[in-house]
Order: sequence, then structure tokens, then C-alpha cells
Amino acid sequence: MQRLSRSRSARIASTVAAMLVLVAIILYLGHAKGFGPVQYVQLILDGIRGGSIYALIALGFVVVFNVTGIINFAQGGFVMSGAMLAVSFNQLALPIDPRMKLALAVIFGVVVTTIVGALVERLSIFPARHSPILTLIIITVGVFIFMQGIALLIWGADPYYLPAFTTLALEDHIIRIGGVMIKAQSIWIWATVAVVLVALAFFFERTLLGKALRACSINRRAAELMGINPSRMSLMAFAMAAALGAIGGIVLAPATRPMYDMGLRLGLKGFVAAIMGGMISSPGAVVGGVLLGVLENVGAGVTKAGFKDIFAFIILILILLFRPKGIIGGGERGVEE
Amino acid sequence: MLLEIRDINTYYGNIHALKGVSLHVDQGEIVAVIGGNGAGKTTLLNTISGVMHSRTGEILFKDQPISRLSPDKVVRVGISQVPERRQVFSTLNVLDNLLLGAYLRHGSVGKDQIRRDLDFVFEIFPILKGRQKQMGGTLSGGEQQMLAVGRGLMAKPELLLLDEPSLGLAPLLVREIFRVAGELREHGTTILLVEQNARAALHLADRGYVMETGEVVLEGRSEELLGDERVQEAYLGAVGS
Repeated sequence: MQRLSRSRSARIASTVAAMLVLVAIILYLGHAKGFGPVQYVQLILDGIRGGSIYALIALGFVVVFNVTGIINFAQGGFVMSGAMLAVSFNQLALPIDPRMKLALAVIFGVVVTTIVGALVERLSIFPARHSPILTLIIITVGVFIFMQGIALLIWGADPYYLPAFTTLALEDHIIRIGGVMIKAQSIWIWATVAVVLVALAFFFERTLLGKALRACSINRRAAELMGINPSRMSLMAFAMAAALGAIGGIVLAPATRPMYDMGLRLGLKGFVAAIMGGMISSPGAVVGGVLLGVLENVGAGVTKAGFKDIFAFIILILILLFRPKGIIGGGERGVEE
Repeated sequence: MLLEIRDINTYYGNIHALKGVSLHVDQGEIVAVIGGNGAGKTTLLNTISGVMHSRTGEILFKDQPISRLSPDKVVRVGISQVPERRQVFSTLNVLDNLLLGAYLRHGSVGKDQIRRDLDFVFEIFPILKGRQKQMGGTLSGGEQQMLAVGRGLMAKPELLLLDEPSLGLAPLLVREIFRVAGELREHGTTILLVEQNARAALHLADRGYVMETGEVVLEGRSEELLGDERVQEAYLGAVGS
């Protein structure tokens, strides 16, 4: 017991030390660029925006991993599918109010992607459900490549655009507070993430189905003996992950230029965020996502914009080397151990 | 006959875990299956529950074949298992654990019925009532066993399968669990009990089977088995019994 607490305090000390070093480096580099508090706040806010998207995607990874043990690399495909489907729907010449059309496009993207998620589970995972987990993980890689290929066939290699939710145009409304600028789309993103988190918490804490999903992830065999069908739970986990990914892709779309290959980068970032959270913890995934978004954005800010993606993968490598259970850690299975 | 098992053979990969096992359980009985580690007792229960499937042979429940059913279908026909080492949902609270025991019934029966079943579980295990909001994993071993049994009962089974309920419990708690099992029989629940604690199991049960390395080697009324030399020697520790 005492040894445990000592190793724990050592862990905390080393984490704090590492963070201090990191902050010192950032401040030093930022100082060289003449950054003041305003610049940092701006970088952090933009980082939180990107990070919120990673958090949504990471939640998709966590849900599937908890219920099935599979790391679903098709998750990025769902992000892309959501965004591209919404874009296509919004391009239709429908005789309705553009605001209405955009709202329908959002719903269309989420619903169709959810169905795609369910189909992916039924057509690729379910038939192979008795295979080792590694096989299933590789299947999801294949599914991702397949989805990206289909997307290239449908949409070609051109970037598309989805109008900002507030202005319904490419140009977004910008809110200025002090020297800090916040795009209206950022508010949409934060609000969406907040609503999704509340909905998820309600689902897992208050509904029987949510508890059945948790039961399945805590102890699959016992859940089976209660009459909970794990294959149906797996189907639901994939559908939920797809919906989460699609929502992420769609709210982000107006802030980027969606195209067929956007899923790879976002999927991997979501994976990094999930790993940071220990892979099994939903709060961990959210914290991991936001932290990743902030770190990479501040990191890119004080160095070069082109380095942004490098930071995510440096973090991934560091975590897998030193803290493979995640830096936030402790999900339901963790407690059981 | 409530449950009839005819000559089943179950394999773990290449290991022949159940070799031509046949047994039956009548309505209202408590039947004990005793035997040492690796005798195939848990495999037997898991084959009944549909977690594993036998390669040959037949399992009939109320004269309907159930050997090919998936675990949720087996629960649906009225068989619920309290698994070995309790396996409560450690990070869900006691109430949720119990409600999940009734998972398949939430759509088909009313809330008040489930409420009544909860009250019944709290009546036989009063200690759980005060711990409803506590996480399953924070209960003591004995309480977890009570929770596991309560969770199994929430499925309203006609046949309850108990896998080693005495494992790791103090003698007093073992007595308590077995007392409750006896009480359940009074309420009309039929029980198939698998135990290493042969003495306690046979004192409770009406009939018993002795398993060794995947085979039923002996069967009979509990008194007969308790008096049997071979059983005494192998499972009851003949001296001083």
C-alpha cells in the first residue's frame, strides 16, 4: 500500500516536472517570437476548438474499445463520411430556406453515417467475431481504406465547403474580446460538444441500455449471462461511434475544407486523444482531446504552423513509451483490476 | 423433468471437457454437482447457459431443446446462472446490478413487477437494501455473493444455476447463502448447484452427482452420497466426519 502511494507520488512529481519543462520551452520559444498573453490565449482557445473535435472522435474510439476490445481505425472514415454527406446534401437545389437546408444536411450526415457505422459492424466485424482482436483491428483499417476509396470515387479529390452555421456563408462571424478573436463556429463546436457530453452522460448513467453497454464493457461474460447480447451491444457501439465521428466532422467542416481524405488525420488525432485518456475512460478521452488540441496548437504557434501534426505524434510516441495506460487513465476496467 | 441433459460432449479447443454427461433436474429440486477443480462443473453450467455449446448430445428444458440457443435466449426460457467468483459489475451500483439481472424483462413486465422482485431480493438479503447506491466492487466477498445471487434471481428463473457460491467465503456466510438457497426452494425455484464444498452442498441438496475429469462417476440421493465410502474418502475427508 505504502509502496503504491510512493510510486504514485513519484508519478505525479515526474508528470509535473515534465509539464514545467514543457511550459518553460514554450515560453522561451514564444518569447523569441514576441508573444504576449493575448497570443497565448488565442492559441489556447483555437487549440480547445480543435481539441473538442478530437474529443468527440476519441469518445467514439472509447465506446467501441470498451464494449468490443477493438481499436476501430474506421473511426476517421465516419468523421469524413459525416462531413462529406452533409456537404453533398447542402449542395442540393432544394426550394427551402437555406438555414433549414443546412439543418437537414447536418441531420442527414449524422443519420446516414450512423447507418454506415451499423453496416460496417454487421458486414465486416460480425462475420469475423470469433477471430482474434488483432484481426478485427486490421479489418477496421481495411474498412477505413475502403471508405476513403469510395469517397474518392464519389467526391473526387477536390476540397468542398460547408457554410458556417451562423452566417450561412464561407466567411464566418468573428467575435472580438480584448485582442482575442473567436469565430462563431467555435461557439457552435463547444456547444455541440457540451450537448453531446451531457447526452452521453445521461445515456450511460440513467438508461438501462446505457448501463447494459457499461455492463458489457465491465464484464462481458457476466453481461451475457444476464441476457445482454454482446453482438447487439457491439452493433450499437459502432453506430454510436459513427454518430460521434459524424457530428465531429460536421461541426468542424465549416472551419476547414472537407475532402475525401480528411478522415486519416482526424481519426489518428482522435486515437491519440483516446490513448492519452487511457483508451477506456470517457472523461479521459475528453480531457485527452482538449489537451492534445491545445498542445499541438500552442506548439505550432511558437514554432511553425507546419509542425502541428508532428506534435500529436510525438505525444503518441511518448505516451506509448512511458505511460501506456494513458496519462489520465482509470476507466471501468481499470477500477476492476 | 425440468432439465434433462443427455450424453453431452463439450470441448475447449481440443480438450474434451465434458465426456458424455447425462443428468436431470426435477421441478422443485435442489441438485448438487460436486467434484474437484477441473472436473468440468463450470463447463457443465456454461454449456447449459449457452456460453459454450456441446458438440454432441442434447439439453432439454421443459422438453424443449436448448443446446443450440445463445445465452440471452437461455435466460429468456427461464434459466439464469450465478457465475463462479460472483462477477458482479464492479463499477455499477448495487441497484443497477440487480436491475440488469432483470434486463430481458424490462420490456415485457411492468415497473411494479420489477419493484416487487427487488423487494423480494432485499427481503432475503436485507444487507443489500442499505447498500443500493454502493458500487458492486466495494462490497465484501459475502455481500458480492449475495448480490450475484440476487441479480440471478431478478431474471425470475425457473431454474437457477449456482456456480461455487461458497468459494472464498467464511463458514458463517456459506451457511447463510445455503440457507437462502433452501428458502428459494420453498418459493418454487429449482436449483442446480455446483460445489467443491461437498458436505454443505449435499446437506442442502435432494440429489447429487459426482464429477471427475469431465465424467459423472456417481449419482444418487444426497444421504446415499454422504454415506458412500468413495465420496467420504475423496470429498468429505473421512476422518472425523
